Amino acid sequence: MWKKHEKFERHSLWLIIGIVVTVSIGGLIEIAPLFWVESTIEEVEGVRPYTPLELAGRDIYISEGCYNCHSQMIRPLRDEVERYGHYSLAAESMYDHPFQWGSKRTGPDLARVGGKYSNDWHRDHLINPRAVVPESNMPPYRFLAEQDLDRHAIRAKLQAMRAVGVPYTNDQIANAEADLLAQVDPYASQTSDLRRRYDARVNQGDFDGDPTRLTKLDALIAYLQVLGTMVDFRTYQAESPENLR
Amino acid sequence: MAVSIAFEGIARQMQTTAAIEDKTPTDVVALFLTVAGIAVLALLGTAFTDDPAFRFHGYIMTALAVLALSAMTIGVSNDAFRSDQSKYADGVIRAGVIATMFWGVIGMAVGVFIAAQLSWPNQLYFPEAGWLNFGRLRPLHTSGVVFAFGGNALICTSFWVVQRTTKARLAGGVWPWFVFWGYQAFIVLAATGYVAGITQSREYAEPEWYVDLWLTIVWVAYLLVFLGTLWKRREPHIYVANWFYLAFIITIAVLHLVNNAAVPVGLLEARSYSAFAGVQDALTQWWYGHNAVGFFLTAGFLGMMYYFVPKRVERPVYSYRLSIVHFWSLIFIYIWAGPHHLHFTALPQWAQTLGMTFSIMLWMPSWGGMINGLMTLSGAWDKLRTDPVVRMMVVAIAFYGMSTFEGPLMSIRTVNALSHYTDWTVGHVHSGALGWVGFISFGAVYCLVPWLWKKDRLYSNALVEWHFWIATTGILLYITAMWVSGIMEGLMWREYTPDGFLANSFIETVAAKHVENVIRTIGGLMFLTGTVIMSYNLWRTVRMPSRADASVPSSTIPPQLQPAE
Repeated sequence: MWKKHEKFERHSLWLIIGIVVTVSIGGLIEIAPLFWVESTIEEVEGVRPYTPLELAGRDIYISEGCYNCHSQMIRPLRDEVERYGHYSLAAESMYDHPFQWGSKRTGPDLARVGGKYSNDWHRDHLINPRAVVPESNMPPYRFLAEQDLDRHAIRAKLQAMRAVGVPYTNDQIANAEADLLAQVDPYASQTSDLRRRYDARVNQGDFDGDPTRLTKLDALIAYLQVLGTMVDFRTYQAESPENLR
Repeated sequence: MAVSIAFEGIARQMQTTAAIEDKTPTDVVALFLTVAGIAVLALLGTAFTDDPAFRFHGYIMTALAVLALSAMTIGVSNDAFRSDQSKYADGVIRAGVIATMFWGVIGMAVGVFIAAQLSWPNQLYFPEAGWLNFGRLRPLHTSGVVFAFGGNALICTSFWVVQRTTKARLAGGVWPWFVFWGYQAFIVLAATGYVAGITQSREYAEPEWYVDLWLTIVWVAYLLVFLGTLWKRREPHIYVANWFYLAFIITIAVLHLVNNAAVPVGLLEARSYSAFAGVQDALTQWWYGHNAVGFFLTAGFLGMMYYFVPKRVERPVYSYRLSIVHFWSLIFIYIWAGPHHLHFTALPQWAQTLGMTFSIMLWMPSWGGMINGLMTLSGAWDKLRTDPVVRMMVVAIAFYGMSTFEGPLMSIRTVNALSHYTDWTVGHVHSGALGWVGFISFGAVYCLVPWLWKKDRLYSNALVEWHFWIATTGILLYITAMWVSGIMEGLMWREYTPDGFLANSFIETVAAKHVENVIRTIGGLMFLTGTVIMSYNLWRTVRMPSRADASVPSSTIPPQLQPAE
């Protein structure tokens, strides 16, 4: 029987074919069904694409490597649900390209941090974490408050997101820059169409305490403040059969 | 510096043989034109982009391409590209050994620095220097040690092993040098990107789309060089080490292509968005992430073990049948294990259960490799006492056994509920990375340097002893500190008061880990110290006078293929 293995040892092509076939099976069986089994993602109300400002903030969250220390995935365990809120649903990250579930909690989970703290708290904490939480070992992000948000590609970003499957409308893409500016303008809420295009609950106003400038900190706080707030859990039936997976 | 060493190596080979023909070899011309094309593209991209991040990388790409073109021009004018086909191509391996140690010291030093940041945040964070923050440096550390140190160790040892076990010179003329320098360019682009905030946020696959494309080109060249050498082999059988190296090269290519599927924001923009979202993206990433461990850090380094351990102890591999069984079962089972990174998440439960089941099964083929490695010492156990290099490799195999037992344990859902998101995971990774990957690479490099530079021995065995004991103590401090802090924080998170309230706020669990963070920093510093001692020892070895006789060195005799059964 061991003689039969000679084929792989004497012919590199057989060895290559053997390796490719052997390593393909597991991935195909585990990953491929996630794209067509419908129950993979729950049906919930309220999950929407990010506004241009939130998307820009998310890009800063990625660039700064926040995912290295903060998860965005609450597990259905008693202590986590009590500490952070309702456990995370697959639907809540269905427009996250890439996902930000994370793998390590050097800092706390952020899946539902939106609305928990004021904009001022976030600004103070990001500028100097130990001014607010003395035992923290999080890095300071003062430079984000001093750098203007680079928004030259915001429309292209929405288009790229649409190319990978996020349902941005033509209207949203055409007005990307205007919507971005409207979200940080405390006086624009009555006049802009931002809320009509996205959601009536979109946070509008100055985020970083400096209304004269649009900084990276504005965008980052706008992103943090929307995390975990989209789904209205009063209407979510956790025990209904289609949500038991 | 390494360039000049490389060229000296080739030039030295040249002096021994007369020039065969006068024309510049066609492979050099092809490489020159390729790099020139890249230089033009990089220059145009730098000129026309609106994205400051892309422009930053554009400058670096242009500079690297110009450097490469200058080096090739000098090389061609000095006739350095002709080589003696009757000899093994060792210049590229010498360069690889230097790069391995260089990136090893840098990657580990960054690790020590970020560990110190978590211990002393008031002293080691600089509010104006965002690029020195933990979030940007952590990928620099992980990629630095995994891909720069580990990758260079794998590439250079695979080039050595495939030549010796096939009795054929590396295929592809100048292309092995392209693989080497192309890979260094990938490392430079990835590393500078992280500190500049250019990342995809996919762990262990952070480089952006254009760097991924570049790595794809380099990797295909690597595969072709390796395969081309197998094709011209003068041995009927392909030696077991080469199965592992081949599985590593092929599977990493597949993982890299699928996991990095993304749409760039623009052709002149650094940022891209993953083709997948949420739950599908998470499983794709951890299918990649776990098999970066399985195929980069395990299969590749098992290839290393299967050559250097038998070679150093001068014994055949313990069991030929075991190597067949554990090779195929290892590569089959590893690929399923990814979902254990996603227990209790929004990933469907059936996928989590599959991942857990296969992770537990993985214990057996992993220990198959450990047994085959350890038992190869049968009849030569005394070398553990007399040869510190052998001891280093044996301890590496022991750490491999330990962390491949700990891994399946942590993949059990109930254990994972405690260990996930905690420092326990960090400790587990480091027992594998420092103990297994680090020590087996150190062992291989300690073997290679005297062989490559034609010396009778290392400069100092005593320094190897110092390296071994300092680094081993460092690993033990590191992983025990992380076990304590990981299990402690996991228990503190789920602790309740008698009244049914959560007992600890999150920040109390952070404050409780301070002592362990300090011990971890010390352990890492000790491991780094060992690597610095090793670099000094190797440097002194290279500078020793060369062996006088030019007889065939013992290292050219391949290990026995058939074991004593």
